[in-house]
Amino acid sequence: MTRTREWLYAWLLLLPAAALLALFTHYPAAANLWHSFYSTPKGARPARFIGLENYRALADDPIFWQALGNNLWYALGTIPLSIALALLMAIWVNERLPGRGFLRLAYFTPTVLPMIAVANIWLFFYTPQYGLLEQLTGALGFGSHNWLGSKSTALPALMAVTIWKEAGFFMIFYLAALQSMSPHLAEAAAIEGASRGYFFRRVTFPLLMPTTLFVLVNAVINAFRLVDHIVVMTRGGPDNATSLLLYYIFEIGFRFWDSAYAAALTMVLLTLLGAVAIFQFMFLERRTHYQ
Amino acid sequence: MTTATGVHAPPGVARLLETLGAWVLGVLWIMPLMYAFWSAFHPAAFSTNFSLAAPLTLENFVKAWHAAPFARYFLNTVILVTMVLAAQLVLVTLAAYAFARFSFPGRDIAFALVLVQLMIMPDVLIVENYRTMTALGIKDTILSIGLPYMASAFGIFLLRQTFKTVPRELDEAARIEGCSPLQTLWRVYVPLARPTYIAYALVSVSYHWNNFLWPLIITNSVESRPVTVGLQVFSATDQGIDWSIISAATLLTTGPLLLAFLLFQRQFVQSFMRAGIR
Repeated sequence: MTRTREWLYAWLLLLPAAALLALFTHYPAAANLWHSFYSTPKGARPARFIGLENYRALADDPIFWQALGNNLWYALGTIPLSIALALLMAIWVNERLPGRGFLRLAYFTPTVLPMIAVANIWLFFYTPQYGLLEQLTGALGFGSHNWLGSKSTALPALMAVTIWKEAGFFMIFYLAALQSMSPHLAEAAAIEGASRGYFFRRVTFPLLMPTTLFVLVNAVINAFRLVDHIVVMTRGGPDNATSLLLYYIFEIGFRFWDSAYAAALTMVLLTLLGAVAIFQFMFLERRTHYQ
Repeated sequence: MTTATGVHAPPGVARLLETLGAWVLGVLWIMPLMYAFWSAFHPAAFSTNFSLAAPLTLENFVKAWHAAPFARYFLNTVILVTMVLAAQLVLVTLAAYAFARFSFPGRDIAFALVLVQLMIMPDVLIVENYRTMTALGIKDTILSIGLPYMASAFGIFLLRQTFKTVPRELDEAARIEGCSPLQTLWRVYVPLARPTYIAYALVSVSYHWNNFLWPLIITNSVESRPVTVGLQVFSATDQGIDWSIISAATLLTTGPLLLAFLLFQRQFVQSFMRAGIR
């Protein structure tokens, strides 16, 4: 094949995927920026250019700031704990503990279930008066508490669901990494008389670093991307205590139909995800061992 | 094969404690699901009364099934998942082949542009994609749910890595035999990438079976709603708080996926592992 023909061939192979990617990823990201400088068309009144007006409104919107703050707390509360649990689970499942098959099944099953179904189950778990948690705390002699209805516990209650759902998913990546590790390392360390804790700190954990970074990036993306359980369990309430950024975008865009303001909010989310991308580019790509 | 930590097996008491910890966590993790099973298979009166004498019943499933058009929702989800996967397999294969085995101007930039979708997923571009679907006039169709996901950056990335491991000699041999590039792709690359395809298919199917927010936004009728949205519509409307029926509906909608997972547990786990190491 001549060079030009090869170029043409490659671009033709690429064309269908490129067209769809452009239409549903690149175009919307760009159009979103564009639309954020316009007002929302209402009835006969078309959209008009209003410059940074949407962003000014955003800076003055206490609910936006609360949603952003909630989202950061949510990320901070779920990510380290689910990663730590994932690592622990992977180590346990990788060892010859009795009932390993059951344990792997138990840890991983939440991952396969839809978040929406999971949320339904947990909703009942948290129900005041006769939910399972109330029964448990009641039996232990504690008073009744509305977990999802109170501002101080609603977000932590949702975090528990997320940790429960994600730890098993991240476990898989650690398990894969642990299983690809050479057994000679452990043997050599054992001969040298290194303790188990020392071996973990100095050998296993550093070797798992690329996996940890990979899992971390995925966890951060998920913390900003997945709000299904909020739709089911709290609808952002009580008093916006559980509104996350994407959920707020969903509310503004599809309950109040203010698409221009939703576009400005989406820009904030895209900027955050862009920052994650830069972090990944700087730290992850260079240090991965499997590339 | 001894695993890395196998040599450092915990001794005596430590091992006992670890086993205990692992089991406590395991029971904690499976409990919500067990609980859903309990309330779905028992009369409502027993949903928080854990008595061995509680009679088993399928009544809740029958009620749930008749209370909402779940059969139609299931059909929609199956159509959605099949359509998305079929389109993904074709698009992703062609694109991955171009990136793995062709050199052309703009390749690196094009690849970087593909990778953008790993960060900025269609899940967060709901406002603009809704606008696009309205403009295309396909709002509230199964096609509109699947369309934004069909060109999958994750799939292109995964398959490109696999295609790159195919020995060049095989490729050249096929060309000498007179195969066109597309024939080479079909006869050499695709068969060799089978495990990757299976892994990708499982990940894709479970993702789209479970997807919720975008389908919720773009669909508006029984004819296009997938089960996840159907379940939400069902449990949000006046079911009172009959948790037994909601539990039954929840298990119903996850049933096929859960069953497939239990049957092919090893493949599932290995597929997710394979998809993760990239």
